[in-house]
Amino acid sequence: MPEAAAPPIDDVRPLRKLYRSGDGRWLGGVARGLAGHLGLPVIWVRLVFVGLFTADGLGALLYAAFWFFVPLGIGGVGSERPPAAVATETSSDGRRRLVARKPDKGQIVALLAMVVVAMIFVGNVDLDGSTKAYVFPTLLVAAGVALVWRQADNARRARWMAVGRRRRTLTIARTAAGVLLVGAGVSGVFVLQGSAAHLGAVLQAALAVLVGIALLAGPYLVRMTQDLSEERLMRIRAQERAEVAAHVHDSVLHTLTLIQRNAESASEVRRLARAQERDLRAWLYKPEGTGKDEDEEPDTLAEAVRQSAAEVEDKHGVPIEVVVVGDCPLDERLTAQMQAAREAMVNAAKYGGEGGAVQVFAEVEGETVFVSVRDRGPGFDLDSVPDDRMGVRESIIGRMQRNGGTARLRAVPGGGTEVELEMERTATT
Amino acid sequence: MSDATEANEPAEQAGAGGSEGGRRVRVVLVDDHRMFRTGVQAEIGRTEVTGVEVVGEAADVDQAVTVITTTRPEVVLLDVHLPGGGGVEVLRRCAPLMAAATDPVRFLALSVSDAAEDVIGVIRGGARGYVTKTITGTDLVDSIFRVQEGDAVFSPRLAGFVLDAFASTDAPPVDEDLDRLTQREREVLRLIARGYAYKEIAKQLFISVKTVESHVSAVLRKLQLSNRHELTRWATARRLV
Repeated sequence: MPEAAAPPIDDVRPLRKLYRSGDGRWLGGVARGLAGHLGLPVIWVRLVFVGLFTADGLGALLYAAFWFFVPLGIGGVGSERPPAAVATETSSDGRRRLVARKPDKGQIVALLAMVVVAMIFVGNVDLDGSTKAYVFPTLLVAAGVALVWRQADNARRARWMAVGRRRRTLTIARTAAGVLLVGAGVSGVFVLQGSAAHLGAVLQAALAVLVGIALLAGPYLVRMTQDLSEERLMRIRAQERAEVAAHVHDSVLHTLTLIQRNAESASEVRRLARAQERDLRAWLYKPEGTGKDEDEEPDTLAEAVRQSAAEVEDKHGVPIEVVVVGDCPLDERLTAQMQAAREAMVNAAKYGGEGGAVQVFAEVEGETVFVSVRDRGPGFDLDSVPDDRMGVRESIIGRMQRNGGTARLRAVPGGGTEVELEMERTATT
Repeated sequence: MSDATEANEPAEQAGAGGSEGGRRVRVVLVDDHRMFRTGVQAEIGRTEVTGVEVVGEAADVDQAVTVITTTRPEVVLLDVHLPGGGGVEVLRRCAPLMAAATDPVRFLALSVSDAAEDVIGVIRGGARGYVTKTITGTDLVDSIFRVQEGDAVFSPRLAGFVLDAFASTDAPPVDEDLDRLTQREREVLRLIARGYAYKEIAKQLFISVKTVESHVSAVLRKLQLSNRHELTRWATARRLV
């Protein structure tokens, strides 16, 4: 097949490779492809083919040969073509535009026009009666074949151009029409041969042969398509596995190396392991497309909470367990609340981290957003903190109040401190 | 918290509390990692201290079903990801044992993953609790006893999932009112999600620990059986089913 022959040519002269044109073609795109290849206006090529057609139908034979052997190319006459040729082409042929915009209708019209012209032409040519009678069935067969072949071209083009899927019914209808035309043509030949009486028997025999072939070749065909799809599946899987392997190699092995090097420092090891766990988890469980670029600014509450927690966790080496219920987009007030929450997390990690993990809980409840940050450290008394220490008073309580929210600090019965932040969402959202 | 060396010490204290009054619990360990089984065994398996007696181990679904059927333990520590169909498959095949009138077998899921699909899967399958493998020995022993008594064990993360599931449908049809979480159950869940222990919740809400546990059990019951619609909707929204 042409594809097999193509690569060597591709290597030697990549610019001059002959393709059939997929765009704006009338029949098989042979004329446009040739025109692009030779750098000629397409109308010349078409005229030459028509001229050759008058010479005992040589043009048709040539055209069919080109159609069969030359692969369909992307973008029609192609990117290889000099730009000037494009210009002449579009300007010389006004109809081209229309054809290109509405390919299917235009092409079918062109096809029909060609058939009609050919019929008229054949009608005018002087042939003896018996031969002449065969012309129409032959033309019918040719039209049917052309229809089906164009269909196959389209299917192939759709596959590698990833164009939106053509409507299936149209495909089937076109194929059926082609088969019908071919069938009618072949039957016509039989009728003309005077064996009309045997037509039934012949059709039966043909059917029997077809069924026989289907029975013999069917299993092979089914097996082949199955093998093909299975192979495709395997390839996709292998690709996915390679991606996972690359990720594991990049991050996990790197982390393990770091852990080996920092084996004496328990806190560092723990920090590395937590960071790696979080990363891997995000990579494995989050849906496609998220969790891969973590550096981006979060725009929802849940993301913001998780990101702050991850950063604090990395910086201070204290595990932070995050539970988020519900989600909403961030607005100005919530951003302030997030900053306060972050400050609370930092405090909890710094002063209450020895008691175990810091618990962060965020809940969106109607118009209210509630965030709680809790540690199991020694706990502390706000009144005993000197006035010049601004951390809690300004960064947490003050910030919340300035933005219309509330902050409460309280000692937890079991030991530790809990910061509760409550904020109304901006009314517009 | 997940530090194994730290965990050993308090495990003994909890064990003292656990075996108080001579309480014993027979446990089967199901996990495909031998190292992990050995680790858990070392941490909770000293029967005279912790009150936990490991009567069997299994590494895959078939083994697990066989071991559980022959030993009839009170609690099964079940890994979620197992060769042969996973923890859910074990739960499915042991369903008659769970429903038994006398000495029902109870399951506590123990997994490295706290992804929603894993948690919801085994809870729907009938597990009475879900803890992650970062849990300390103390807490694990505590959880085993709680499950044995028929109570539920919620991790903060699991409480968050449940709250999320019910919060997304705040305007229910009237006939589903019975199915919904009560205000108290929500409060309890919220405190669990905030990292409170059952004891602390009891203190905070001025109720007894037993009441807290019964609230949690009620939530689990509802999650398993009653809220099909909401759970389905919730799971569909998250592309879990």
